[in-house]
Amino acid sequence: MLIKTINAVLAVIAGVGGALALFWLLNRLVGLLPGKWEDRLKPYVYIGPAFLAISLYLIYPAIQTINFSFANADSTAYVGLDNYTSLLGSAGFRSTLVNTLLWIVIVPAVTIALGLGIAVLADRLRPRAEKLAKTAIFMPMAISAVGAGTIWRFVYATNPPGEPQIGVQNAIVTGLGFDPVNWLQISDFKFNSLELMVMLLWAQVGFSMVLLSAAIKGVPADTLEAARIDGASERQIFFRVIVPQIRGTIITVFVTVTIGVMKLFDIVYVMTNGDFDTNVIGVQFFNELFTNFENGKAAAIVVMLMIAIIPIMIYQVRHFRTEEAGR
Amino acid sequence: MSITERVAARPAAGGRAAARRGALRRGEATPVAKLTVVFVCTLWIIPTLGLLITSFRTKDDANSLGWWTVFTDPASLGRLTTAAYREVTAQANLDQAFVNSFAIALPATFIPLLIAAFAAYAFAFMRFPGRNALFIVIVSLLVVPNYVALVPILQVYGDFGINGTFPAAWLAHIGFGMSLAIYILRNYMATLPQAVLESARIDGATHFTMFWRLIMPMSVPALASFAIFQFLWVWNDLLVALVFIGPGENQPITVAVQGLMGQQGQGWQLVTAGGFISMVMPILFFLALQRFFVRGLTAGSVKG
Repeated sequence: MLIKTINAVLAVIAGVGGALALFWLLNRLVGLLPGKWEDRLKPYVYIGPAFLAISLYLIYPAIQTINFSFANADSTAYVGLDNYTSLLGSAGFRSTLVNTLLWIVIVPAVTIALGLGIAVLADRLRPRAEKLAKTAIFMPMAISAVGAGTIWRFVYATNPPGEPQIGVQNAIVTGLGFDPVNWLQISDFKFNSLELMVMLLWAQVGFSMVLLSAAIKGVPADTLEAARIDGASERQIFFRVIVPQIRGTIITVFVTVTIGVMKLFDIVYVMTNGDFDTNVIGVQFFNELFTNFENGKAAAIVVMLMIAIIPIMIYQVRHFRTEEAGR
Repeated sequence: MSITERVAARPAAGGRAAARRGALRRGEATPVAKLTVVFVCTLWIIPTLGLLITSFRTKDDANSLGWWTVFTDPASLGRLTTAAYREVTAQANLDQAFVNSFAIALPATFIPLLIAAFAAYAFAFMRFPGRNALFIVIVSLLVVPNYVALVPILQVYGDFGINGTFPAAWLAHIGFGMSLAIYILRNYMATLPQAVLESARIDGATHFTMFWRLIMPMSVPALASFAIFQFLWVWNDLLVALVFIGPGENQPITVAVQGLMGQQGQGWQLVTAGGFISMVMPILFFLALQRFFVRGLTAGSVKG
């Protein structure tokens, strides 16, 4: 065990030191060139290692994955569009798509609404109370999905009728005289998916609250005063003055959370493994790959996800360009 | 006042301005608003509280009594114990997994930070052909899910025989974290005044010197906020660890706790103790550095 710790420290030293030595060395080498060439090459020396990492871990795999998505289970022969047609033809996968879509529609919107609401309320407390409340709500962000899984078991846990309940929700339900409910197995109206979404909301609202709160504090007081003098109600001030001014931050949070939801894996994997009709794309991908050994289908799932992400990508690039233009 | 000091003083001035603005009326919460905040905070804390209490119970209590009964049944208070923590570290090798998580997370946090800082510096302060195009590549890669990489990288790792080792995870986290790191750092650096660099330049400073002496010290909030992001992400990661390391002697704590959840027949108290151990580090790290986190994150996205 001690060896592993030393190993980690050595890796940090060797890795950071090695990277430093590399930059220093390249920098010196380029410095030996005549001035004009030095200026031309140096930027590429600085971005080179980063682009090497990105090419190896994102760009090359993306191309490979597209390639594999047209191949069979162990990537030995091309099968055309078979992976796509068989996936889209299966009711299970269509349901997975619907679930994923629900997550994407519901979670970012609710995250922003709750984050905004809490930010506005907490903003009116005294500074100490505000800090305390914000920390309480921000904290789940630091907790892993595995940790959250252990935590939320004690909200959703079910014991047979007649026995004492150890899950909060069932304690309430049985306290009111009803039979205990197996929460995560109710797929009517996607109820169990909604329960899992609550976990992600619990983890993410703090993030949205902190960013939105910082933006709200940045709204100039004179515009608020002007609105108050004109007789606007607090509600009107919020929706007509504050919200339009923090639009940029709302969009940033929205895009960030949406990207996170698209990559969703751990919560569903840990809580239900996609059973009881709670499956989402990330978990189905994992199961195709490591349970069914279907490389081709797994790759096709990722390609569909990438296609779904393209609009966000375009939006993200546009957003960045307008921001740059305004700098 | 030197150039660095003048620039370093800027955030403080910004903070004063923000306090003067104070968008909403501070300390004017109505009772309803106060109650709502208390209610929401309680809702947010209750699940974690349940976990904490259960982890200190005996097996029988954990499996048959709701955790809230410690408040109603004083007798069960006397039965609280730390046995689950001792048992779980011994039985599931959680102490080993805890160390493994460090061995994975530390290099995977600091190495990409350094590499990304150099790239961000180039994007923010150097003029070169292809600069905008390359940065747009980075912005668009932000949204690509890392699932994309799993199959091809597994094959590459297979060829080099490093599957199941720490470097397999380090390299993956370095690659996956890179585009976000460059994006955050470059957005922060772009807010630093160009004039500082120009005057340093006239004094004959090289890029390498300016990077270390001027830009890195001024970028501490952004560096810290990315470090927190990446550390939390790597420490809390399950997917990369499952795929590239898997269960076994090198498994990090998330994989270990996930394994425990499959065998809760041995008692909920073990799962909860394991879950709590897995949370201690990220929460401490997070609380210690959240000041930087908020400042660094908001620098790029919030005007003012």
